[in-house]
Amino acid sequence: MSSLAAGGEVNPLIPHTAEIIAGLIAFSLLYFVLRKKVTPMFEKAFAARTEAIQGGIEKAEKAQREAEAALQMYTKQLADARGEAQTIREEARTQGAAILDEMRAKAQEEASRITASAQAAIEAERQQAITSLRNEVGALATELASKIVGEALDDQVRQSRIVDRFLEDLEKSKK
Amino acid sequence: MRLIHAATGEGFNPPSAKDFELPPFIEGVDWATKPILLAFLSVIFISVFFIAASRKAAVVPSKLQFAGEGVYNFVREGLGREIIGHDFLKFVPYLFTLFTFILVNNFFGIIPFLQFPTMSRVSFPYVLAAITFFIFHYVGIKKQGIVKYLREIMFMPGVPKPVYILLTPIEIATYFLVRPLTLSLRLFANMFAGHLLLLVFFLGGEHLLNGVLGLKLVSPFAFVIGIGLTFFEFMVQVLQAYIFTLLTALYIAGALADEH
Repeated sequence: MSSLAAGGEVNPLIPHTAEIIAGLIAFSLLYFVLRKKVTPMFEKAFAARTEAIQGGIEKAEKAQREAEAALQMYTKQLADARGEAQTIREEARTQGAAILDEMRAKAQEEASRITASAQAAIEAERQQAITSLRNEVGALATELASKIVGEALDDQVRQSRIVDRFLEDLEKSKK
Repeated sequence: MRLIHAATGEGFNPPSAKDFELPPFIEGVDWATKPILLAFLSVIFISVFFIAASRKAAVVPSKLQFAGEGVYNFVREGLGREIIGHDFLKFVPYLFTLFTFILVNNFFGIIPFLQFPTMSRVSFPYVLAAITFFIFHYVGIKKQGIVKYLREIMFMPGVPKPVYILLTPIEIATYFLVRPLTLSLRLFANMFAGHLLLLVFFLGGEHLLNGVLGLKLVSPFAFVIGIGLTFFEFMVQVLQAYIFTLLTALYIAGALADEH
């Protein structure tokens, strides 16, 4: 304004007090607004972005580690289960073999027992048959002989002696 | 004054420094002038834009936030990290304010209806250069102590002693006079000259239009050149805002460095 008042020539390098004060106020005002409201928010956004990217990477790494651990665990469990199955199968096989042996032995025993009793029965029956046969044959022979000889062989002792002799002869002739 | 001349077809009054001395728009209130109004308008405009852009601070930015971040990141990375380096973050708000304030006030030179670059009033560049001046000296003194800081300015290490006779006055002048003066005058002169150039072509074109037929025919060329110069001005405005902020960052970096 002083330059205007001076008329003709103005010097553009001479500052105005009002403008200096206004410039200071305007600039300071802008600085405080940007300092308080704007730059912290932009920095916050940048930090959040960096964190989001880094967090994502870390999360992925963690997930991978977990997956690997799980895979290892499952592989181990599978191997364990296989081993267990193997031992169980082995055990079953030996047990089966033992049972089979036992059964076989039992069956053998049973069979021999049955055979023995059958043989005993057969023997007894044979003896019985022999006895009854001997009696019958004796009687028949005696009767036959008495008929043939015409001689009564009443005497019991003599009779049996004769039968025995006859049978002995019969057996001898068989041989 | 000049409008009257142009309208009445009197002799052409070429634009001069007087065209920058705008009278207050409220009679008798000295501070109610266009440049001051524009300075505060820029504060409102920049604040509103960047608060709106940064309010959400979203990880996935909206278009507005992206645009705001672009400007902020340009200053933060290109001028802060790149030049100041270590511990640059605390200077970023100042550099950011400086850059946006100068840029928008420069833009006012070509924004229709406003059409006056605030920085063509030398008071504003003086203020900004003075703030930068105090900041970089303060930072240097705080970092190195006043004795060491002044000694390194006055007696640059690694120089033969007799050279100090020449070098010391130059260094003192550089740090305490040349730097703030060139910083403010570069910005002021660019804006002042640019605006004057536009005035010459547009007011000249207007004056030619009111002349005789031959002059009327020449008039469009003046306007075409004026429009071309407007684009040129846009470039200069961005460049000057960048240079002012860049030099501020360089001075701060210099004051922070151990060796000059």
